[in-house]
Amino acid sequence: MRFIETRAALLFISPWILGFLIFTAWPVINSAYLSLTDYDVINDPSFIGFDNYVTLFQDPKVGLALRNTFLFTVMSVPTQLVVSLGLALLLNSATKATGFFRTAFFLPKMTPPVAVGILLLMLFNGQNGLINSFLGVFGIDGPAWTTDPDWVKPGLVLMSLWTVGSSVVIILAALRGVPQELYDSALVDGAGWWKRTLRITVPMISPTLFFLFIVDSINALQSFTEAYTAFFGAGNTTYSNDAALFYAIYLFQQAFEFLHMGYASALAWLLFIVIMAITGVQILVTRRFVHYEGGNS
Amino acid sequence: MKRLRKILTWAALSAFAVAFIYPFIWLLSASFKPRSEVFDHRILPETFTFDNYIRVWQEAPLALWMFNTLLVTALAAVTVTITSAMVAWGFAYFRFPGRGALFGVLLATMMLPGAVTMVPVFLIWNSLGMVGTLTPLWAQNLFGSAFYIFLLRQFFMGLPREPFEAAKIDGANNWTIFTRMALPLCRPAVVVTLLFEFQAAWTDLMRPLIYLRDSSTFTVPRGLKALLDQFGFGGEWHWEIVMTASVITTIPMIILFFLGQKHFVKGIATTGSKG
Repeated sequence: MRFIETRAALLFISPWILGFLIFTAWPVINSAYLSLTDYDVINDPSFIGFDNYVTLFQDPKVGLALRNTFLFTVMSVPTQLVVSLGLALLLNSATKATGFFRTAFFLPKMTPPVAVGILLLMLFNGQNGLINSFLGVFGIDGPAWTTDPDWVKPGLVLMSLWTVGSSVVIILAALRGVPQELYDSALVDGAGWWKRTLRITVPMISPTLFFLFIVDSINALQSFTEAYTAFFGAGNTTYSNDAALFYAIYLFQQAFEFLHMGYASALAWLLFIVIMAITGVQILVTRRFVHYEGGNS
Repeated sequence: MKRLRKILTWAALSAFAVAFIYPFIWLLSASFKPRSEVFDHRILPETFTFDNYIRVWQEAPLALWMFNTLLVTALAAVTVTITSAMVAWGFAYFRFPGRGALFGVLLATMMLPGAVTMVPVFLIWNSLGMVGTLTPLWAQNLFGSAFYIFLLRQFFMGLPREPFEAAKIDGANNWTIFTRMALPLCRPAVVVTLLFEFQAAWTDLMRPLIYLRDSSTFTVPRGLKALLDQFGFGGEWHWEIVMTASVITTIPMIILFFLGQKHFVKGIATTGSKG
């Protein structure tokens, strides 16, 4: 009986086991090996020891790409969290047409990232983009978002705010789960809106905020499509795109534009270590601010 | 006081809603403007024209790109849903030695950045002579996907066991129990998986960039990037063409959202709470 059940279970999960062996386990092993080789796909890989890892630390573009990626992550993740929390709080206190507003906030998330990259170029165009025309109404002379290296990343951050819709939906679901009694007793005590938000709402939904903080950071560290669309690719030589060189973009270029498969594998392992380290630090530092109903586990 | 707060909330929500929706309107409107008026920021075009749509249709094999994308997207969504559901059921219903450890491995694979496996997986498809075809864009889904397996397992775990045990005693085999009982019961989660993967496959740019070489094999997002490189940056600055193509790429996703709005919102809300 036990044996039959195990056999049936293995049949059901066999697709994943096969897929895991072919598309995860073997690639991980192969990637570790390739990172110690010089390999251009056409000729056989030649073993070069840790040379790729040495090169990596001397390659100025690696430093640049890491710096760009960190800056983008540090700027975009907290702003996205604050904006999506704000929108979710607003939605939660509204009584009418919440469905309409939720749709409005979520819809941009459906836009293919490549189209988001193109919209970025159009909306943030320094001369005649919509953003600068809008700023012009208030007499502000907007920067050259898409060409001035100092403004490229802020532009990407602002554009990323357009697609916070899914975070808004997640936070809103968490807000709806906060028990009403807590607010009722706070109201009896005469606590104002700010006090209730900071003392009750935020602690009660802190596990969700923590989850979004971690996941958004992991995603931001791997951002590729929007920046690649807007600042890289064939024919795109007119932009000062050093400022938008994210780590994932540099890795992609090394692998599939220069066919440096060995070096790209080493780059991938550095990214893995960086993400693990950052996630680890985030968990250690923020965990104590997270409140779990029924005790921390 | 309470009334004032209500009005303020409503005003703020409206302002944000306009900010979120306006780029769509701006883009749609620009796609109906002649080249010289694209950046005039009028909501309604001064000169209304369909020329951009005709021009995109002439310049790019758009119908072919649509067909390629639809094929990849349908195959990706259907295969990943069927296999992930199977695997999820295997983990949720059966008790077997090593179940916890195997599921732990599955969760661990979700932590692995795609960049680590990107190069070796490319080499696999390359050695199979599949680079340049659409196969690498979806065939991995035949083996399920950790995220959806996790999502569906959560759902299956919520079902009571008794009906399944009863069916078993009545002589139903495991496959029948899965397809006739478990799957229909977790229809909402199946729909969420289909929708999520449909969107992911439709909007993906990185894999088409890696695997597709010839313009006739392009998906719509890959084609849009090619159009941007040709008409946007290629010294011609025909942004009206690029914007029109962006509208065409985006509209199917907007339609998809309105078809499955409830499922999208519910699905995303669950992802957050299960994290």
